Amino acid sequence: MTAPAAVPALGITARLRAALVDASKATVVAFGLFFIMVGLRTDVSPTGALFLRTRWLDVALLCAAVFVSRLALALWLGRRKPEVGPAWQAAALSRAGLLFGPALLALALILPFVPGIGRYELDLGILVLTYVMLGWGLNIVVGLAGLLDLGYVAFYAVGAYAYALLAQYFGLSFWICLPLAGILAAFWGVLLGFPVLRLRGDYLAIVTLAFGEIIRIVLLNWVELTGGPNGISGIPRPTFFGLPFSMSGGPQTFAGFFGLEPSPSHRVIFLYYLILALALLTNWVAIRIRRQPIGRAWEALREDEIACRALGINITNTKLTAFALGAMFAGFAGAFFATRQAFISPESFTFIESAIILAIVVLGGLGSQIGIAVAAIVMIGGFELFRDLDEYRMLVFGAAMVVIMVLRPRGLVGSRAPSVLLGEQRRIDARFVGEGRG
Amino acid sequence: MKTTMLEVDNLATGYGAVQALKGVSLHVDRGEIVTLIGANGAGKSTLLMSICGDPRARSGRIMLDGEDITAKPTHEIMRSGVAQSPEGRRIFPRMSVLENLVLGAQAAGQDPAQQLPRVFDLFPRLRERQSQRGGTLSGGEQQMLAIGRALMSRPRLLLLDEPSLGLAPLISRQIFATIRDLNEREGLTVLLVEQNANQALRLAHRGYVLVTGRITMSGSGAELLARPEIRDAYLGGGH
Ligand SMILES: Nc1ncnc2c1ncn2[C@@H]1O[C@H](COP(=O)(O)OP(=O)(O)O)[C@@H](O)[C@H]1O
Ligand SMILES: [Mg+2]
Repeated sequence: MTAPAAVPALGITARLRAALVDASKATVVAFGLFFIMVGLRTDVSPTGALFLRTRWLDVALLCAAVFVSRLALALWLGRRKPEVGPAWQAAALSRAGLLFGPALLALALILPFVPGIGRYELDLGILVLTYVMLGWGLNIVVGLAGLLDLGYVAFYAVGAYAYALLAQYFGLSFWICLPLAGILAAFWGVLLGFPVLRLRGDYLAIVTLAFGEIIRIVLLNWVELTGGPNGISGIPRPTFFGLPFSMSGGPQTFAGFFGLEPSPSHRVIFLYYLILALALLTNWVAIRIRRQPIGRAWEALREDEIACRALGINITNTKLTAFALGAMFAGFAGAFFATRQAFISPESFTFIESAIILAIVVLGGLGSQIGIAVAAIVMIGGFELFRDLDEYRMLVFGAAMVVIMVLRPRGLVGSRAPSVLLGEQRRIDARFVGEGRG
Repeated sequence: MKTTMLEVDNLATGYGAVQALKGVSLHVDRGEIVTLIGANGAGKSTLLMSICGDPRARSGRIMLDGEDITAKPTHEIMRSGVAQSPEGRRIFPRMSVLENLVLGAQAAGQDPAQQLPRVFDLFPRLRERQSQRGGTLSGGEQQMLAIGRALMSRPRLLLLDEPSLGLAPLISRQIFATIRDLNEREGLTVLLVEQNANQALRLAHRGYVLVTGRITMSGSGAELLARPEIRDAYLGGGH
């Protein structure tokens, strides 16, 4: 059974010819595009008049680049066609996959005490974990229930402002505001859910997008309450169950109470573990609920809404709970964001945030918890890594995302583990469980 | 003593400006297999769906075991003993066979563990394939899954929408045999929609013919099979 899969014996010359034709076609298309977009450029001459500058060399270089890369791609893709690895290889891979999650978790748990991890790295870790949490939260809505939500950042904003305002006007502490922020965000999730109950796919996406913008614009313009574009500053920092992280070192501070040397890193480490705990809570709830009837109903809804109706699944409740639960976790994350930054303004809650979170969910493989964590690390960590590239950063990112989606069209982890099993666990090889219809 | 399980009285409904049913009346007695035949677009699927409350009746009345269910929400109707295997099967393709079945029970508030053995005994093939993804089943297996999923809710009345659609004759005969079995052994009441009029009328105790939203004929299966209009319109040519 280990016979190598028969590769269609296409002669090397025939393949080369096909690749050349393919590359030429791509080059013609590229020329058509670049001829106008790069080749011709209007510039302002020193006298102030407009004149047309031509850049044929650039066009030639770009076309050559397209030709070469297309050729390479065609040859490479043509080479590895029906490649089915031996079974032991797949088994080893899936075993490694099982270990990967716990290893990542262990690393996350000890990260603050790993030598060489300083303030900067921990701050980055906090940022990444915030996005991991947001990704896991949005995954409930998009990955499980299949409701394309482009305005997820609105709930993040609701959570952040809920904490900031409750602390400012009522002097409530972070630990009281955290659940309140989640509840308020969930409430707004339901509020958004009602009008979009009958919408699906692109229509739903447009309305949620608008919803996200409305929330942001309200925050921007309701100056008396939210401070408008100036935002809210002086948001109280979190305490260690009532003990503030203060540098005074008195007995009523964290350092004093535990007899430690006061250090600014205490708060950072605390924030790190706080967001880690919140993210793990999100993960735990999502995993648990997937095995509950409501979680299974979400997935069924994603698969086929008409079938759900025929089965008698309550579509209204199913959708609203997905929106509410997803929003709740964004609300928690928002409250965390506010207490970490001590300052928030509508600028932090623009559409690009929703887009990044959605990209994390899609890149991670809709519905896969571990895939989302990896995607968040890659995306957010990568953003930092390429900070020096300035505006080219986005370009690098766009390219990286395209490459991932070409190589792994279903995201980093595209397989789905069933939520119920009878008797012994029978694993079905992902290779044989191809795309169903629809 | 015959008792009426389902009574549809002068039902009219549609989608927006489309009037799909224009006053349909029919009844299904307890323990009966009743078939509804009609051409494409006659309104058969619409009738089955509106018995489940979606689309809702615009006028007329639907009674289940003497209870008026016309205005009941869909999810409550499906909890009160009605189950449907919808047209085109509509199983959940990325979910396993087992998950599909479990959903059928849970959606109607039944305990899956109690219903599973019965469905697996009825369709042993589903037991073998329980951890396979629904979308990778063959057409016949998908139809078994759709019926099995409907049965998981322990219905009194089973609505089947074109179970033989797109299946090889041998497979569709198996499906029909299972339906007869269910009816004879468990006394399950079945309302069966079919374009395959020949097999359906042989199986059913009674039948109705639906033409553009109206019932034009009714009678026992044998009676309808013998009518020349039926032979011409629904049995001609084909098999
Ligand atoms: N979702 C829908 N929206 C609008 N019109 C529909 C819809 N479903 C069915 N129809 C129309 O209702 C009529 C009956 O359709 P249907 O009940 O599916 O017929 P059948 O099942 O007998 O083939 C047809 O004219 C069809 O075009
Ligand atoms: Mg139909």
